[in-house]
Amino acid sequence: MFEALSSRLTGVFDKLRRRGALSESDVNDALREVRVALLEADVALPVVKDLIARVRERAVGQEVIRSVSPAQQVVKIVHDALVEALGGGAHDDGRRGLDLNAPAPVPILMVGLQGSGKTTTAAKIALRLRTRERKKVLLASLDVQRPAAQLQLAQLAERAGVTSLPIVPGQGPLEIAARAMDVARRELYDVVILDTAGRLAIDEALMAEAAAVKAATRPHETLLVVDAMTGQDAVNTAKAFQEKVGVSGIVMTRVDGDARGGAALSMRAVTGAPIKLLGSGEKIDALEDFHPDRIASRILGM
Amino acid sequence: FRKRRLDDEALEELEETLIAADLGVAAARRIVEGFRRTRFGREVTEEEVKAALAEEIAAILAPVARPMPIEPRRRPHVVLVVGVNGTGKTTTIAKLGQQYREQGLSVAFVAGDTFRAAAVEQLQIWGERVGCPVYAPAKPGADAAGLAFDALKAAKEAGIEVLLVDTAGRLHNKAALMEELRKIVRVLKRLDPEAPHSVLLTLDATTGQNAIQQCKVFKEMVDVTGLAVTKLDGSAKGGVVVALAQEFGLPVHFVGVGEKASDLRPFAARDFARGLVGLD
Ligand SMILES: Nc1nc2c(ncn2[C@@H]2O[C@H](COP(=O)(O)OP(=O)(O)OP(=O)(O)O)[C@@H](O)[C@H]2O)c(=O)[nH]1
Ligand SMILES: Nc1nc2c(ncn2[C@@H]2O[C@H](COP(=O)(O)OP(=O)(O)OP(=O)(O)O)[C@@H](O)[C@H]2O)c(=O)[nH]1
Ligand SMILES: [K+]
Ligand SMILES: [Mg+2]
Ligand SMILES: [Mg+2]
Repeated sequence: MFEALSSRLTGVFDKLRRRGALSESDVNDALREVRVALLEADVALPVVKDLIARVRERAVGQEVIRSVSPAQQVVKIVHDALVEALGGGAHDDGRRGLDLNAPAPVPILMVGLQGSGKTTTAAKIALRLRTRERKKVLLASLDVQRPAAQLQLAQLAERAGVTSLPIVPGQGPLEIAARAMDVARRELYDVVILDTAGRLAIDEALMAEAAAVKAATRPHETLLVVDAMTGQDAVNTAKAFQEKVGVSGIVMTRVDGDARGGAALSMRAVTGAPIKLLGSGEKIDALEDFHPDRIASRILGM
Repeated sequence: FRKRRLDDEALEELEETLIAADLGVAAARRIVEGFRRTRFGREVTEEEVKAALAEEIAAILAPVARPMPIEPRRRPHVVLVVGVNGTGKTTTIAKLGQQYREQGLSVAFVAGDTFRAAAVEQLQIWGERVGCPVYAPAKPGADAAGLAFDALKAAKEAGIEVLLVDTAGRLHNKAALMEELRKIVRVLKRLDPEAPHSVLLTLDATTGQNAIQQCKVFKEMVDVTGLAVTKLDGSAKGGVVVALAQEFGLPVHFVGVGEKASDLRPFAARDFARGLVGLD
C-alpha cells in the first residue's frame, strides 16, 4: 500500500540522473515525494510544510545533488529532521517518561478525545509506578459521562494491584477530584491519577470543566492521550487541549496497530509537549517508553 | 463575494483543503484534477468553488449512502458490530437499539465484549436506558462465540426481531483476534446459515489513512456489509470515507454525532460532502 520513501526517492533521482546534473527544481521533485510520504503517514499538513521547509534548507546546504546516492541522503536528512521534531537528535535533553518530582501526593491528569485510551493508560501507568518505582498509587475516575466508566477503572485498578477511589454516585468531576486529593493526602499516597471523560476539542463546556479540574488539583503532569491512528485533526485536538487545558506530555496509544503514527509529530509540533509514553496493547502491562528515532522510522515506513 | 481566477495556486489550495479533511493525497488529487479539466481559468468566488467541489464529492458518495436493510421477519435479523478499539461499537448499538425500539421492533443486545473491563456493564446500562434486554456472559472472560450462539438461540425462541451483537474492539493486524471474530460468525451460521445478516464496521471520524487498511482487513475477514462513521460531531471531517467509497464501494449507513442514544443519523452524501469542504 505504501512505498517506502527511500524507494520512491530512488525512483525520482534515477529519472533525473539520466539527464545529468540536478537543478533546484529536481530537489523540489524529491521534496514533493517527501510531502506525499508524510501526508500518507498522517502528519498534519501545516506540520508537513514546516518540515519540508527545514529539509529543503538542509538539502541545499549539504549539496545533495553532488552526493553519490542522493536518494539515501535525502532520506537521512528527512529522518534526522523528524527525529529532532520528535524531541530527539542534537537538542535531546535525554529526559523521558513521567516527571514525578514534586511533593506527594503527585496528581497526574489524563485528558483526550473519546475512546483514545485514557482509562486503560491510567491503569497502565499505575501498574508501572507500583511495580517499578514502588509508588503507592490511587486511581480516580472523574468520568460521570460514559456508562460504567468508573467501574471500568475500578476493575482495571484491581488488575493493576492499586487502590481506586470508592465510587460515590451523584458526584460531579470536581467533587470527585477534591475527594481523591483529600484521600490521597490523608492516606499518604505518592501519586493520584485522575482519569477524565473523553471530550471533543470543540466542546466548550467540557473543555472548561477539564480546565477547572486542572486548576483545582494542580496536576504535575497533564497527559494528552491520543490514538496513533489519528489523522489530520491531530492539530485541532492538540491546539485546543494545549490552549484550553494545558498539557505537559503526550501518550500515544495503539502503536501495536499498523498506522504510521504521523499524529505524534503533529501533536508534538503543535503543543511543544514531549511524547512521554506509548500504549502498545490492551493489556495493562503494554506500556512502552518513547524513542524518537523509532517513531521517525515508522512514519517513513522504514 | 470576491471573484478569483481558478489558477494553479487556487487549485493547490483546494487540494490542501481536502487533504486537511483526511481524504488522502490520491483521492484529493483525483478530485482536483477533475476540476482542473473542467473549470481551469474561470473566475469564481470561493463559495462557488466550494459548492461545486462539494457536489463533485457528493456524487462519489451518493452510491454508498444507503440505509442498513433490516428484515424483522428473520426473527431475529442479526447485526454483528465490529471495529477497532474505542471506535464506538457499544454506543452505536445503544443508538440502533433506541431507533429500532422507536420503530416498534423487539430488540435485544448481546454483550459479546467479554474481554474489556466493564464492557458488559456498559452495554447493560445502555440496555436499561433504551429498553433492550441484554444477553450477558455468565462470567467475565467467557467465550464470546459461545455467548453469541446461546444468545441467538434464546432470541429465536423469544421471537426477538433484531439482535445487535457487540464485540470486543480489536486491531485488524492482530490475526488471532480476527480469527476469534470469524469464529463468532461461524457459530451464528450454525443456527441460521444467513446470519449475521448485517456486519457493521464502526469507523472513528478522527482516523486518518489507516482507515483504509482497517476496512480492507475487516471486509476480508468477516464480510463487512456497511459502515457507521462515529464522532462526526467533532472537528474531524472523516474525509477518508471518500477514499473508502472509491476503493471499496461499501455502503455507509450511519453517522454518529454525539454520545447520547439519539445521536445517530443516516449518512447523507451531500451534507457530508459540504462538511468536508467547510460549508455547513
Ligand atoms: N490495541 C490497543 N488497544 C488499546 C490501547 N489503549 C487502549 N486500548 C483500547 O482502546 C479502547 C478504549 O480505551 P479506553 O481506555 O476505554 O479509552 P478512553 O479514552 O478512556 O475512552 P473514553 O473514556 O470513552 O473517552 C479499549 O478497548 C482499550 O482496551 C493500546 O495501546 N492498544
Ligand atoms: N462525541 C462522540 N462520542 C462518541 C460517539 N460514539 C461513541 N462515542 C464515545 O466514544 C467512546 C468510545 O465509545 P464505545 O462505544 O465505548 O466504543 P467501542 O468501540 O465499543 O470501544 P471498545 O469496546 O473499547 O473497543 C465513548 O466515550 C463514547 O461515548 C459519537 O458519535 N460522538
Ligand atoms: K465534523
Ligand atoms: Mg475512559
Ligand atoms: Mg465496546
